[in-house]
Amino acid sequence: MTVGEFAKQNPLNVLCMPEAEREITGCYIGDLLSWVMGNAREGDAWVTIMSNTNIVAVATLTNVSCIILAENVTLDEQALNTAKENGVNVLSSNLSAFNIALLLKDTVV
Amino acid sequence: MSELLNFHFVVDGTNFTAAGNASGQLKKNLRQLNLAPETIRRASIAMYEGEINMVIHAGGGEADVNITEKEIEIILTDNGPGISDISKAMQEGYSTAPENIRSLGFGAGMGLPNMKRYSDQMTIESELGKGTKITMKINI
Repeated sequence: MTVGEFAKQNPLNVLCMPEAEREITGCYIGDLLSWVMGNAREGDAWVTIMSNTNIVAVATLTNVSCIILAENVTLDEQALNTAKENGVNVLSSNLSAFNIALLLKDTVV
Repeated sequence: MSELLNFHFVVDGTNFTAAGNASGQLKKNLRQLNLAPETIRRASIAMYEGEINMVIHAGGGEADVNITEKEIEIILTDNGPGISDISKAMQEGYSTAPENIRSLGFGAGMGLPNMKRYSDQMTIESELGKGTKITMKINI
């Protein structure tokens, strides 16, 4: 399923979606950025509560399909602009990481 | 082996949000060379971890990237405090990063281990009080 379809079918806010056609092929949950860089796979939807600009760099380098911010976390405008410029999809939700993962379960298995 | 391309980057040690500029640029450059996506991913992540380390620990530094037909060589040089115990620094989970850095999501003690993991060859030369030079090679 693409990021655009996933966002439409689930209770998620779209903060920016420059590449709606990216396919979600897995899910990775984590907030320690080096840990994410060591273990997230290309195409994963990355669920995190970390919200500084560096997450955009991490998403770009790992080539995840989108960032999903859990538990009402938001991204400041500068970080959002960086995300748009670099083609990084950012969604947010009031759900916990666990419940977001449950939404993804049927999408990626 | 002839060198095909060289890139030089200066890593600003004062601006944490700018960390990632050099690796982002490297990723774009490597894409233009039509290298395999996984090779690009490995080189960019290794470079980013190195950049972050230089910002956290050394007040910035420089990165030189040499690309040949066979490999990507990344040389990171800084004039920071040096690494007192390299084998300890290489252990996953070991970190000397300060608390404010950890709150940003760094300092998990995975930087150097990730750099080793994503490169085919890595050497560290470090002298206390003088600085550190890390050379990573990624096969193409």
